[in-house]
Amino acid sequence: MADPRVIVVGAGPAGVRAAQALVEAGLRPTVVDEGRRDGGQIYRRQPEGFARSYPQLYGTEAQKAKDLHDSFEALRPHIDYRPETLAWNLTAGQLHVVAGGERTAVLPYDSLIVCSGATDRLLPVEGWHYAGCYSLGAAQIALKSQACSIGKRVVFMGTGPLLYLVASQYLKAGAQVAAVLDTSSLSTRIRALPALAARPALLWNGLKLVAMLRSAGVRLMAGISPVAVTGDDERGVSGVRLRDAQGREHSFECDAVGLGYHLRSEGQLADLAKCHFDFDEPSRQWLPRIDEDGRSSAPGVYLAGDGARILGADGAEAAGRLAALAALKDAGRPHAVVEMPQLRKRLATMDKFRRGLLQAFPWPHQLASQLPDRAIVCRCEGVSAGDLRATVRDLGAQEMNRAKALCRVGMGRCQGRYCGHAAAELVADAAVLPIERVGRLRGQGPVKPLPMSVPLAVEEQA
Amino acid sequence: MNVPRFVRLAEQGRAPIRVTIDGREAHALEGDTLMVALLSNTGQLRHSEFGPEVRSGFCLMGACQDCWVRDEQGNRMRACTTTARDGMAVRTTKEEATWPTLA
Amino acid sequence: MSSQHVQTDVVVVGGGLMGASAAFFLRQRGVSAVLLERGLVGQQASGVNFGNVRRQGRFLPQLPLAHRSRDIWGRLPELIGHDAEFIATGHVRVVYAESQMADVEKYATDAKHWGLDLQILGRSELRKRFPFFGPEVIGGSYSPNDGHANPRLAAPAFGRAAKRDGAQVIEDCEVLQVEKSGQDFRVNTSSGLTVTAPAALICSGAWGGAMSAAWGEPVPMVPKGPTMAVTEPLPYGIVPVVGVSTRIEHEGVYFRQVRRGNIVFGGGRRNPAYLDGRRANVNPNWTLGQLHELRRIAPALGKLNVLRTWSGVEGYMDDDIPIMGPSAKVSGLYYAFGFCGHGFQLGPGVGDVMAELIATGASSTPIEPFHIHRFTSVPAAETAVVNA
Repeated sequence: MADPRVIVVGAGPAGVRAAQALVEAGLRPTVVDEGRRDGGQIYRRQPEGFARSYPQLYGTEAQKAKDLHDSFEALRPHIDYRPETLAWNLTAGQLHVVAGGERTAVLPYDSLIVCSGATDRLLPVEGWHYAGCYSLGAAQIALKSQACSIGKRVVFMGTGPLLYLVASQYLKAGAQVAAVLDTSSLSTRIRALPALAARPALLWNGLKLVAMLRSAGVRLMAGISPVAVTGDDERGVSGVRLRDAQGREHSFECDAVGLGYHLRSEGQLADLAKCHFDFDEPSRQWLPRIDEDGRSSAPGVYLAGDGARILGADGAEAAGRLAALAALKDAGRPHAVVEMPQLRKRLATMDKFRRGLLQAFPWPHQLASQLPDRAIVCRCEGVSAGDLRATVRDLGAQEMNRAKALCRVGMGRCQGRYCGHAAAELVADAAVLPIERVGRLRGQGPVKPLPMSVPLAVEEQA
Repeated sequence: MNVPRFVRLAEQGRAPIRVTIDGREAHALEGDTLMVALLSNTGQLRHSEFGPEVRSGFCLMGACQDCWVRDEQGNRMRACTTTARDGMAVRTTKEEATWPTLA
Repeated sequence: MSSQHVQTDVVVVGGGLMGASAAFFLRQRGVSAVLLERGLVGQQASGVNFGNVRRQGRFLPQLPLAHRSRDIWGRLPELIGHDAEFIATGHVRVVYAESQMADVEKYATDAKHWGLDLQILGRSELRKRFPFFGPEVIGGSYSPNDGHANPRLAAPAFGRAAKRDGAQVIEDCEVLQVEKSGQDFRVNTSSGLTVTAPAALICSGAWGGAMSAAWGEPVPMVPKGPTMAVTEPLPYGIVPVVGVSTRIEHEGVYFRQVRRGNIVFGGGRRNPAYLDGRRANVNPNWTLGQLHELRRIAPALGKLNVLRTWSGVEGYMDDDIPIMGPSAKVSGLYYAFGFCGHGFQLGPGVGDVMAELIATGASSTPIEPFHIHRFTSVPAAETAVVNA
């Protein structure tokens, strides 16, 4: 019997460990990744020629990063590795890719393991469209991958553990951090401690970061409500205005803002594969349905890592391996089946921590309804909160795809990645509907912009 | 605005490269992304199509698509995922309506 | 689920552009109407098509209807309070081969007799006016008063205007049964609402064939999904709608730049579409094929990025001619469906003509070529119970 043709999308922690399990079982999987180098986001590699050490780049996670990179190096001779390759579309049993923005191909598969990772999750604030306002993840990438700060004086705002991590990394690297502003209150974080204690090492790291920032004199505020990023059209960001937990206004001067509210799963390929999505109450977002091993509702399609559930890098590694083992089992090539129960157990522990994080750093959905009408929600198309409200009130939209058709929200280059969640909150609020009733933006290919210079695709034989 | 936006904190021992921004020669380092090559010299990458403001990218991971720039021939590049190369010439000004006209 | 009954003059089944404009124009004539739509107004073919508001290239006997419709497009703001982003940019059909040039010249000669004035442009004149054409284009035909509009907005705008003027527009309401007893049609729906009316107008697009078949008037219609896409926004520099006149299916692509700057394109090969799922998916290889063809027409398009592709469910008649007019068998029953992917421009005119036909008994615009009796051969009973 011929080997099943397996494609892994994504060379981050989940994809690497999935590929590793497949190679152990004697297969030669194809690994498709958009990046120039492996590692995904959290273990993003600096370009060749950069000199910083692993501890400098990855701090407490240095060893894990090194292990992952070394594992991938060891895998390379045994896989069909396609870097700088975008999976732009998918049909049954076929992955449509474009390499280097130039060369198209159709890759047939029997099993597809999608490890597409996550992006920052954003909630708009008035002025977030000014030059100099970046996502939290962007601020981290600028530092990690290019040794730059996003500005001379940075304010970090939002919520989630990344907020404190990036701020402390900036501080350590010699950047000027004006303030760290958290929408989550101290009391919600304390209430979440039991769940966070599921992963004590991570909890301890988090507390140390906060202490370090405080002792460096960085202004830390919790329970805040963002009011605006101030700036002008030509020069970009000039500061941040907010209200504290008691309702008093504060402002900070800065020329850069790192903004983010934890993470959002990249579900476009799962959507194109016609995977079923369910509304996840704790995170208030739609997630693709998976069983405990990562099988999606679409036959032959497995989902692992932050692209399916935000469990962080360790969770992604476990989920990637588990999904690969499931794919092997389903293909009649069982391998290391005895490991599967313990991997499931590890994931369950990580999920407990995930819920703790969501409890400690909740998505502040109520801020969406407080956005002034003039605040831009869809950055790509310039659609404001007022436009969205009018689309519900005057044009009768009660659902996201209808709102999109009528006011263009989510029609821009980012295809709703950064406006989709907030737009849903606004539509639900204006329509007086529970959030899950307004649905989600339906995914349409290409997954990312496709250059119109590309040729007809060659279907590759396995 | 011509005020550099990004601040280099380390890794400055790399080989220098030259890029041209809106017709002016600028300096960057080998291994820079095009975004860093631009924003270490200037404050903007492009103009918003539907608003008066300039943009300077957002996510740095190829997801937001807010950092697309064009070269002198009108070829488009996503600045955060493109490596800057010596000799690149990029425009950050508003594009003209003559773009479809054949030379 | 309430049990409610409404009596009206005309029950319109299907809230696409045909149904919504018919409901609007019925109200203009003081006729009461209830519009029943299974999903949301304008969601199917009406909302996914290319958006061409084009008379050039039509089957010649369709031109009178197309002229009537074109006149309404120009008056949308005063009629429905919304322009649906219609702009009269002109439409140019280009060719790659001399033989095709001859076809296009013949059409221009014939169309003149049907009231459509076209300008034949040779190679250099075409380039002088439109400097974006690539070297393979040898000439074309220009229709100055054709243009384009936004299909996502048009049907919903007509629906809102119909409602404003007193039609009942009921969405999320699936028609389960249409029966006729005595003089009235009786429509049962999924929401528990029952509508009775002496006249029924079937505007259910690709699903219209099942309904006409239930009345003993089957038609040869297949559902197909268009291959559509849109680019990122660019400065507004391509004014006319552009299409290719060709006999080779995959060459037949078209594009239009909207004022905001995005370029919408379509044409070439189509996709299978599913009536029960109400969906169609784009074959990614067809999109790549379109890119190849677009670069031939206007090479600068090769520098752009595609942001999104989509498809939908359109109903195609075997003879490429729609079904429009009265039933051949059942008095009081009317049809307007199966517009073969070329119905968008006709939409306002179809609504106006069907309203006139139903209200007065005759249409001042000839629509005989679209009569369903061209397929009907066997007579059937007047009454029927149909599951929609």
